[in-house]
Amino acid sequence: MGVLHRNRWLTPYLLLAPGLVWLGIFFVAPLGFLAYQSLEQGDIFGIGYKFTWAWHNFWDSISTYHPQLIRSFEYAGIATVLALLLSYPLAYWIAFRGGRWKNLLLLFIIAPFFVTYLIRTLAWETILSDQGVVVRVIRNLHLLGVLGDGGHVLASPTAVVAGITYNFLPFMALPLYVSLEQIDHGLIEAAGDLYASKLHAFLRVTLPLSLPGVIAGTLLTFIPAAGDFINAQLLGTPRQYMIGNVIQSRFLEITDYPTAAALSFILMALILVAIFVYARIIGTEKLTG
Amino acid sequence: MSVAAERLSMSGPGPGTLTRVVRVARRQVLTVYSLLAFAYLLVPIAIVILFSFNHPAGRFNYTWQGFTLNNWKNWDGVPGMRSAIELSLEIAALSSFCATAIGTLIALALVRYGFRGRGATNLLIFLPMSSPEIVLGASLLTLFLSMSSIFPLGFGTIFIAHVMFCISYVVVTVKARLIGFDRHLEEAAMDLGANEFVTFAKVTLPLIAPAILAGLLLSFALSIDDFVITNFVAGSKVTFPLFVWGAARVGAPPQVNVIGTAIFVIAVAAMLGNVLVQMRRSKGAN
Repeated sequence: MGVLHRNRWLTPYLLLAPGLVWLGIFFVAPLGFLAYQSLEQGDIFGIGYKFTWAWHNFWDSISTYHPQLIRSFEYAGIATVLALLLSYPLAYWIAFRGGRWKNLLLLFIIAPFFVTYLIRTLAWETILSDQGVVVRVIRNLHLLGVLGDGGHVLASPTAVVAGITYNFLPFMALPLYVSLEQIDHGLIEAAGDLYASKLHAFLRVTLPLSLPGVIAGTLLTFIPAAGDFINAQLLGTPRQYMIGNVIQSRFLEITDYPTAAALSFILMALILVAIFVYARIIGTEKLTG
Repeated sequence: MSVAAERLSMSGPGPGTLTRVVRVARRQVLTVYSLLAFAYLLVPIAIVILFSFNHPAGRFNYTWQGFTLNNWKNWDGVPGMRSAIELSLEIAALSSFCATAIGTLIALALVRYGFRGRGATNLLIFLPMSSPEIVLGASLLTLFLSMSSIFPLGFGTIFIAHVMFCISYVVVTVKARLIGFDRHLEEAAMDLGANEFVTFAKVTLPLIAPAILAGLLLSFALSIDDFVITNFVAGSKVTFPLFVWGAARVGAPPQVNVIGTAIFVIAVAAMLGNVLVQMRRSKGAN
């Protein structure tokens, strides 16, 4: 205690030490190992993998797996937009009309998280199965050709995107709710007093103020969605496989570590680029709005 | 809150009948839309619960065949599932406890102290949350494989991984509470002669306890539900999500739905209790 008193500057470092050590060894160092592995060459059965600055691993994996890469970003992008469209009105409704029931309604939003991820994805298999109500309605609306694939909804891009949207929706809805809930109602009233129509007040006051929630929600949804492989595996076929499926099978089934490691980095890099571009777009919009 | 919403709806310029009708219609549109969105969120859960009572004809539990309580009575009738559940519970309890301890200390350091490397620490906390799980799992596996004598795949590596990805969530949760914390309470305690440690134990800790508990529960939930990272580092060990994954390939038995339903009910009951307490409290405050 005496030592601590005399060296107060030491306290924060002592508090941080266990966490930094843990994250250093089990988060930062593994990324280094992964980088190292992505530049290896060889095969698992013969000589094993050797480090050779094999940069071509990156180009090779891109040229082989660019369909899955593009598909990942496509599906994740669509799912993120769908999640935003679904949950913005919902979050708005709870924040502005929820009254005393807000917390209870919020519980409904996060309810899917209380069902094991894999089990709730399997539930979508039941919902979208050929005998199910959803498929029947889609068939009667003559949309099966558009939404489905070969007369089924399961094993089609629609099913995979629906599963991704569902599984990550709470990540979108919660930050939206938090930012909408914090908005000072006086500001919206003031807009009304200054003869702004309700729509105008929404576009000029509510929407810009909720933008932090939109940004956070979009990122929290898009990042896990782009790396997901469970939905494509359970609700799709190899024709819907995303980059996560490739990384998972290269790593755990084929033990082609260099390719899997290279693809992991490509995925991370592309996500970072997407975030950066997105931040620029939102940023400039914010400036001009 | 509802008062504010009412004021909001009445505060427009002179409401004519037509605009009022339009306004009511618009309000109902939002309500109907929200109810549909709720349905979208809740229907799959209802399916999970419903199919825990299904009496499947063959291996596949996809179509409704008839009501039975057998799955609930024989929840333990599937080989390997019980040990998977036990492993998941053990790992979740242990890793959420450690992650909460470590994360709370980091949160305290970040909010309470200015120090060199604060920005870098914040970044280090943020990064695990913003990395795709598959990358975290893959990179951990490369570390464990390269040092397989120190880290043989199994209980230990699952525990390590779960603590790693839970820490950041605890930090964020506890930090939020600490930032909204009234420092005057601590100063008052110090003015009354309490030293730093007594102040921490008697004032700070009780005030941030709800956030610590929230971090603990969040970690527990994240750990018990994790599939992607665990799938990489588990070796031959099987947690409950891994068991479901394996079972799904050959047709998941309805007992999986029984456990899914049980986890859901327990979690919702806990949350509901919390919400009701909060509602009563806010009612008392009004």
